[in-house]
Amino acid sequence: MTGANGSSLVQAGGVAIEGRNLVLSFGETPALQGADLCVKRGEIVAVMGPSGSGKSTLLYCLAGILVPDSGEVYFDGQRLDAMREAERSRLRRDRFGFVFQFGQLVPELTAEENVALPLLLRGTHREEALREARSWFEQLELEGMERHRTGEMSGGQSQRVALARGLVAHPDVLFADEPTGSLDSMNGELVMGLLTRVARQQGSTVILVTHEPRVAAYADREVIVRDGRVSSMAPVMQ
Amino acid sequence: MALLGLLDREPSHGYDLKHDYDAYFARGRPLPFGQVYATLARLARDGKAIVGEAEPGAGPDRKRYTITETGKSEVEAWLAEPIPAEPYLQTDLFVKVVLSLMLGRRAEEYLDAQRAAHLRRMRELTELKQRDSLVDTLLADHGLFHLEADLRWIDLTEARLAALAEEVAS
Repeated sequence: MTGANGSSLVQAGGVAIEGRNLVLSFGETPALQGADLCVKRGEIVAVMGPSGSGKSTLLYCLAGILVPDSGEVYFDGQRLDAMREAERSRLRRDRFGFVFQFGQLVPELTAEENVALPLLLRGTHREEALREARSWFEQLELEGMERHRTGEMSGGQSQRVALARGLVAHPDVLFADEPTGSLDSMNGELVMGLLTRVARQQGSTVILVTHEPRVAAYADREVIVRDGRVSSMAPVMQ
Repeated sequence: MALLGLLDREPSHGYDLKHDYDAYFARGRPLPFGQVYATLARLARDGKAIVGEAEPGAGPDRKRYTITETGKSEVEAWLAEPIPAEPYLQTDLFVKVVLSLMLGRRAEEYLDAQRAAHLRRMRELTELKQRDSLVDTLLADHGLFHLEADLRWIDLTEARLAALAEEVAS
């Protein structure tokens, strides 16, 4: 399926993002050893695998945070891995959303300012961005906490704010790295229910790294990373 | 015991009990009427329920059943009693892995197929949870946590396959 002009094939196939034969080492330690992953638009894919298998490294390569030593990353007809850092940075800001294990909210900002951040960075007027951010708090079940700072919120509440920040700008692709990893079962359910519901409503593609099968079960399909490669699932999944 | 428990809420007819059982517990396997009436007759015989006079109306049996004090005590005791914490030591999963290794087959392929089947079922149960019924969610969660425990075992076993193969072969 890969042609000389691979990017146009990628676009034609309704593919959101694709990594081909990705290789990346950290010093002498190989992290990715020929990983392939192709994700369709609007699809929610869980990337699973043992600790140290390379699943987070794969996510960061696809998101343009890391650049592979070799291999190609295609997004929307463009070679992401061949872009300069400034271009990749712009792409991450304008087209991608991110949720990490530990929220990583900006502690100096209020909850609503944290949610509004991606809109502000894209140049949305401050009042409009904050209005949009506030509209999220009801479905986050965080009404009344708009002006709270991270220190005044529980881990579960902070993670819901982080999720809203990841989705508020309707990203083409949401990258979620262990988004429930620091949460108890109940808060994990809340976050995953919200994540999948909003992503499906918006049509956002989601690439979700998790080691928890119950979290992966929210996805449309799972892939498993072992020793830096993506294993296809057994035929029973087809 | 589920029927006796439902009867502990209020006196009821066999038809209504079956309806409630099917709504809460049947999960696609409705209770046959015959079984409902046989169970109610047995409960009455054992002094756990009392049968009232037949009432006019539709349905095969319009008798109203009322739980007795003996029945109430039994429900109370049953609810408080923990079920055996099954060790699950002889599941097919375990037997298939050990036999595969004994016969020199590729247990990894079986484990991958089993993982995929488990994950597929987990996706179905997760979809069931989106239906806003807490009773459905409760049942789905029970299945999800058990399937997840199996998956942890599958992952750990896969990581130990080489050592296991040696032990089985020796």
